[in-house]
Amino acid sequence: MSNLSRDDVAHVAMLARIQLEDHELDRLAGQLDQIVGWVGQVNEVAADDVPPMSHPLPLVNVVRPDEVRPSLSQEQALANAPEAEDGRFAVPRILDEE
Amino acid sequence: MSVTTSSQATVPFAEALTRYEPVMGLEVHVELSTATKMFCGCATEFGAEPNTQTCPVCLGLPGALPVVNGTAVESAIRIGLALNCRIAEWCRFARKNYFYPDMPKNFQTSQYDEPIAFDGWLDVEVPANEDGGPAFTFRVEIERAHMEEDTGKSTHVGGSTGRIHGAEYSVVDFNRAGIPLIEIVTKPMVGAGDRAPEVARAYVAALRDLLRALDVTHGRMEQGNIRCDANVSLMPVGSETFGTRTETKNVNSLRSVERAVRYEITRHAAVLDAGEAILQETRHWHEDTGVTTSGRPKSDADDYRYFPEPDLVPVAPSREEVERLRATLPENPAERRRRLQADWGFSDLEMRDVVNAGAVDVIEQTVAAGASPAAARKWWTGDLARRANADGVAVTDLGVTPAHIAELDGLVTGGRLNDSMARQVVDGVVAGEGTPTQVADARGLELVQDDSALQAAVDKVVGANPDIVERIRGGKVQAAGALIGQVMKEMRGQADAARARELILATVGVEG
Amino acid sequence: MTFTSVELTQAHLDRIGRIDPALNAFLLVDAEGALATAANVDGARAAGEELPRLAGVPVAVKDIACTKGMTTTAGSRMLEHFVPPYDATIVTRLREARMPILGKTNMDEFAMGSSTEHSAFGPTRNPWDLDRIPGGSGGGSSAAVAAYLAPLAIGSDTGGSIRQPAAVTGSVGVKPTYGGVSRYGVIALASSLDQIGPCARTVADAALLHEVIGGHDPMDSTSIDAPVPPVVAAATGTRDLTGMKVGVVREIGGEGYQDGVLRRFEEALELLRGLGAEIVEVSCPHFVYAMAAYYLIQPSEASSNLARYDAMRYGARTTPEGSPSAEQVMAASRDEAFGDEVKRRIILGTYALSSGYYDAYYGQAQKVRTLIARDFAAAFEQVDVLVSPTTPTTAFRIGDKLDDPMAMYLNDIATIPANLAGVPGMSIPSGVAEEDGLPVGVQILAPAMEDQRLYAVGAALEERLREVQGGYVIEKAPQIEEVRA
Repeated sequence: MSNLSRDDVAHVAMLARIQLEDHELDRLAGQLDQIVGWVGQVNEVAADDVPPMSHPLPLVNVVRPDEVRPSLSQEQALANAPEAEDGRFAVPRILDEE
Repeated sequence: MSVTTSSQATVPFAEALTRYEPVMGLEVHVELSTATKMFCGCATEFGAEPNTQTCPVCLGLPGALPVVNGTAVESAIRIGLALNCRIAEWCRFARKNYFYPDMPKNFQTSQYDEPIAFDGWLDVEVPANEDGGPAFTFRVEIERAHMEEDTGKSTHVGGSTGRIHGAEYSVVDFNRAGIPLIEIVTKPMVGAGDRAPEVARAYVAALRDLLRALDVTHGRMEQGNIRCDANVSLMPVGSETFGTRTETKNVNSLRSVERAVRYEITRHAAVLDAGEAILQETRHWHEDTGVTTSGRPKSDADDYRYFPEPDLVPVAPSREEVERLRATLPENPAERRRRLQADWGFSDLEMRDVVNAGAVDVIEQTVAAGASPAAARKWWTGDLARRANADGVAVTDLGVTPAHIAELDGLVTGGRLNDSMARQVVDGVVAGEGTPTQVADARGLELVQDDSALQAAVDKVVGANPDIVERIRGGKVQAAGALIGQVMKEMRGQADAARARELILATVGVEG
Repeated sequence: MTFTSVELTQAHLDRIGRIDPALNAFLLVDAEGALATAANVDGARAAGEELPRLAGVPVAVKDIACTKGMTTTAGSRMLEHFVPPYDATIVTRLREARMPILGKTNMDEFAMGSSTEHSAFGPTRNPWDLDRIPGGSGGGSSAAVAAYLAPLAIGSDTGGSIRQPAAVTGSVGVKPTYGGVSRYGVIALASSLDQIGPCARTVADAALLHEVIGGHDPMDSTSIDAPVPPVVAAATGTRDLTGMKVGVVREIGGEGYQDGVLRRFEEALELLRGLGAEIVEVSCPHFVYAMAAYYLIQPSEASSNLARYDAMRYGARTTPEGSPSAEQVMAASRDEAFGDEVKRRIILGTYALSSGYYDAYYGQAQKVRTLIARDFAAAFEQVDVLVSPTTPTTAFRIGDKLDDPMAMYLNDIATIPANLAGVPGMSIPSGVAEEDGLPVGVQILAPAMEDQRLYAVGAALEERLREVQGGYVIEKAPQIEEVRA
């Protein structure tokens, strides 16, 4: 039985912003189907009344004071930019607003 | 299945309301006025050079980790308390995952199903309208208020319009990225009927006033400190099933909130009248044309894959901490307005002018500094408001303080200055020449207190106007007004008009 | 024998120059910077300045930690030319300790892997056998330590990436308690699982480095605000384990474990008994689901942590033909610059978090995580530490498991439960397997914030093994020069 179809993988890759090529999709879809089937074992565990664990430590309320710390310089901020213009990061045209 | 549409046709508002009941939901994003960002120590100053208030955290560099701004959490709790919300005993941040070039990590650190504040309400006073609709109070139920962070700012370059469509590329400044936001979401607002657009506006206005009173935001809608998304749907009158809604984004002035809601009601009605279905989508509001246009339909891409933010630990405010913050809440602005109106003895109309002029605080301070409420109101909503309007600045930015006005009022009631002299003194204060007393001294402005000079002027004017004197003696006492004007002219304005009148009447031998 | 830090550092740099072309343990060597720090320390020492304990001792850093002004790649094409404008907290601490940083070590891309074969810059080879993997993801750090290219190294461990490489290279590796060492500036794989730790040739050496990098950091919200556990004292203290209860987890070991691995483990238990420890079998019934839970939680967090690599602000940008949109450039760049394993896990994690699947996958995995943490808590009610083999097998051959992700994942079956629960773990060499002559590791696990127990047990066992086996396991490694010839 298939857990994850080739179309599912294509859809999820789109969500993850990865433009998979057809041959990659073919290969990854099979592997991912197998992996998803295997990780699905977690559902064998009866855990309805078990709280989920998002953090390994029981820490709470870690905050910092509202005090300004030095920022990077504009040059440092832009140093790794593929493209920059007038102190800003230059990016290709954006299709639509969020 | 009917056609789904985002048509632009509309039906008249009044007609729409005969067939449909509007349901609204407002999402308001408030930028906090903390000194630093939500998760890092970068400054939040407005107008800095691009990308000079960024660091590894707010640029989303590899390896960077967030740490929560404690003051932002306190502000969120205070906002929640002021909105009569319950405060979570334990809540987490969550990641909202989606890709966008102005979002450094390609997820927004927000809150999902565990907001810091929830289940509140705000009573909103909706004023009477020009169509004869009465003033009333509408209770807006608050679903939640949660903490999150702002995105960077994109500027679109090239193309003909400078808008996003047709742009060749964009440039991004991340100074705004990571500034703390509180998103306040209402429950569906039902039952406002044809007053719905006004209710929406009154709610945002009341919320803005409340947030300013809390001193948690600069509260300038024109600078984007408060941004509003308006959800609107219609259901047939008598129905209790909500229709499909549209979300109009970035409606960023009070007037626009009212207009955008009104427009969407008229548009939805046209679509439904045609037997078609509303397309669930985001819409963009156009201030200039007063219409909304289709944005992005809801799609599979709106799968935000929320999950608890593993880099931040839960927020668990103690009950003691919540009570400590509750004690810092200012008086509710609406209640405060009612109290002050009673104290000051203003009519409803006068009070509304004061509120609309944004002068409640300065008048309160001016009265506290010793001026009469009437004088304080007259100055701040009259002469000073006109000056501010002419200069395009806020009335509080003229350089005139409540203490100045109290002092000036003292000079007038003490008889040293008359109204026109007082206005000249204000000219000097605005010009930075000093306090009212200093200006009056320097400019030699003082009502003549010695009656001899005034009597001489009266004698001269009485002698030169026998006709008028006869009419006064004949019982037309109001004719003295013409003589007062001439006397004041003789005195170059430096006389007390009331005293001049007394002397004129005494000189012609008539009881005042 | 005394020597200067410059001599020590130069000797390591020379050896790197000679040997590393065969190993590929280093992605970057900073001879100039390391020697400058060394000279500085020598000057200070000559001037009679008081210096930190490890001042002048060179160290290698896994290329997952940001180093200001020094390229940091995380083993990915995406960051091939990324030069961080800041230091990770642990790097700052190494600098404050005045330890010369020799360079950055190789790793599986974004720490996803158990063999270092997923590095975009070629695999690292195991100094014991150049045809075999050195473990992963931190194969570079462990190989460097095992081959004497560095006396100490920094690793990161999300599911075993310090302990598993230590086991298969005959070295020592420690994953401290979650929150015990700052993660600030260390490129995240899975935030709730990642932990930074020391790689060394002996337990005492590991303790010394642990002490340097450990402790609270206000830049990491998940950092524990408490002193570093007394690890150095424990590593150099009593070897008597009388009264210590050592638990053997019934669910780790047995089927799928190589004979030599199990034999060395049984011997280690005997030696622990001889040291006075009481050996107790304990059951952790949910450990059998640890792998499945891990391969949901880790890819889920990773899918989100790696979203930032979109080639907009930094990273390798690929611009398709025509006039592509930002969205298309992101998608093309991520396809081009990420390797297969990274793409697999991002897609898996995205799927596990997506609408309609969250409850069945990510949500359920988090519940299983709770049950695993409860298993640990119950076990530590009965015993002071737990022990197991670190890995099911010795080092496998390069290429053997590259096309079988599931087989690769199973290398971490014994190490993963500790990451899920946040408890500390250590791997020390327990000898070599007869069948292949390759090193085998034994894992020690302790309750959270009790890291010193690892060092006490590890040091005692290490010393006893040395007595029984006639030297440290690492001394049995063939000389690389001979292996190459």
